Amino acid sequence: MTPPVIEIAHATVGYDGRPVLRDVSLTVTAGEVVAVLGANGSGKSTLVRAALGLVPVGAGSVALFGTPRRRFRQWHRIGYVPQRLGAGSGVPATVREVVASGRLARRGVLRPAGRADREAVAAALDTVGLADRAGDPVSTLSGGQQQRTLIARALAGGPELLVLDEPTAGVDAASQEAFAGALRSFRDGGGTVLLVAHELGPLRPLISRAVVVHQGGIAHDGAVPEPAGHHADPDHEHVHPHCDEEPARLWTGI
Amino acid sequence: MDLFQYDFMLRALVGALIIGLAAPALGIYLVQRRLALIGDGIGHVALTGVGAGLLLNRSPVLVAVIAATLGAIVIELVRAYGRTSGDLALALLFYGGIAGGVVLVGLSDASSGALNAYLFGSLTTTSQGDLVTIGVLGAALLVTMLVLRPALFAVCHDEEYARVSGLPVRALNLIIAVGTAITVTIAMRAVGVLLISALMVVPVATAQQVTRGFRSTMAAAMALGLFAAGAGVWVAATADTAPGASVVLVAIGSFLLVALGAAGVRALRRRSGSDRAAPPVEPAEHEVLLG
Repeated sequence: MTPPVIEIAHATVGYDGRPVLRDVSLTVTAGEVVAVLGANGSGKSTLVRAALGLVPVGAGSVALFGTPRRRFRQWHRIGYVPQRLGAGSGVPATVREVVASGRLARRGVLRPAGRADREAVAAALDTVGLADRAGDPVSTLSGGQQQRTLIARALAGGPELLVLDEPTAGVDAASQEAFAGALRSFRDGGGTVLLVAHELGPLRPLISRAVVVHQGGIAHDGAVPEPAGHHADPDHEHVHPHCDEEPARLWTGI
Repeated sequence: MDLFQYDFMLRALVGALIIGLAAPALGIYLVQRRLALIGDGIGHVALTGVGAGLLLNRSPVLVAVIAATLGAIVIELVRAYGRTSGDLALALLFYGGIAGGVVLVGLSDASSGALNAYLFGSLTTTSQGDLVTIGVLGAALLVTMLVLRPALFAVCHDEEYARVSGLPVRALNLIIAVGTAITVTIAMRAVGVLLISALMVVPVATAQQVTRGFRSTMAAAMALGLFAAGAGVWVAATADTAPGASVVLVAIGSFLLVALGAAGVRALRRRSGSDRAAPPVEPAEHEVLLG
């Protein structure tokens, strides 16, 4: 039997000695599409960041593809999509250049980009519908298009697991649909997905399992819960921009 | 120019051209990281090395390379691990570096002119040995920055993503830090510690007025650095001005010309309506501005 793609066991995670998550366990097996849901500040992003080693894990263990995280080196098997494009860039970069970074995990630091790399980048741009913007600076793209750029970057490496941190927060409806389509074809190709979301929107039919993080622990692990409150209103548009201060309404009833 | 018949002017020109080409190749990563002034800080630390070198009767440039490298590594460690105190730690390092340099140079037998030479550059006194040092270090720097461009770009663009890609992030950051130290010390001969950052940063700032991508920005910045170095030394030779400051003024003059030209072209395009339909910028924009 193949080992789980992600296995977090009794992990305690925190910043500066202040625990955000206490004794949480999560197992993701190949082919699953798992959504981590929760209010803002509940620790849902911290959970996936801990799985990737971006946040130190105090107690407990994390394993990726059956290897303890500290000894894990096959990073090309993972495609990571952060919440937004880092604001750190003071120099222009084209969409193609950003997406090409996604090939580094596969090709290493010293080998120059070859034909396979260029083809993978072009294919990833096609998948997210940005092939016509490849030569444009990313700073001229809309928020949704920038998010699609980051997904293309993750897909370009040909990963087996996609980890996405709030991929649809503040993203326009067209980009959300393009994104759902890209995720569907990734899943149909045998990929595994772990994504953090505040609300699911058009992604809902894709999700095979939902994990709800609440007050530093896992409050629910199973079927996707039905939305409550005004989010359940069929007229409610799930496209409001991301805002950290927004009080959580969706999952607090669980 | 007749002046270039003299060996010292020729050496000045060659040294300036190498530095003009290499400094922006490193500087682009600093600009991308919004650390444009870090070179200035490392220059201050290098000055302590110069002072120590003069005091110990060792090659000031060599001791400065060592001091600047140590300083750059300390700064990088503070950046990587430090939190709120990082800003203050950097300030201590910078001012400690320049004060230490001034005191040490004063204690040595060197004249006050020696200090000036390192503060503001002394291109025309570049010796054959200096030129070899500049050439070897400059070439090593250029090759490193060009070969590692995709990886360095990834680290400077999105450090967390680079970590999840399995890149040796700490080693790449140290390469940038040590590269900065080396650039500072070889550029010290040309433009002096007080003007070093200009050669690393201004050509990049000029290039990105008109470029769309990282690679084109890098190429254009290197070309501009080369031009500023050549034109600056030519101006210095014909008008008998300080070479280092002339190089920097040419670089800043190019920036102003290109910035004005680019603004003019944009305004013309807008008026004629032939501008590429720029997509309406969504809420993401304020995040970029805040960053």
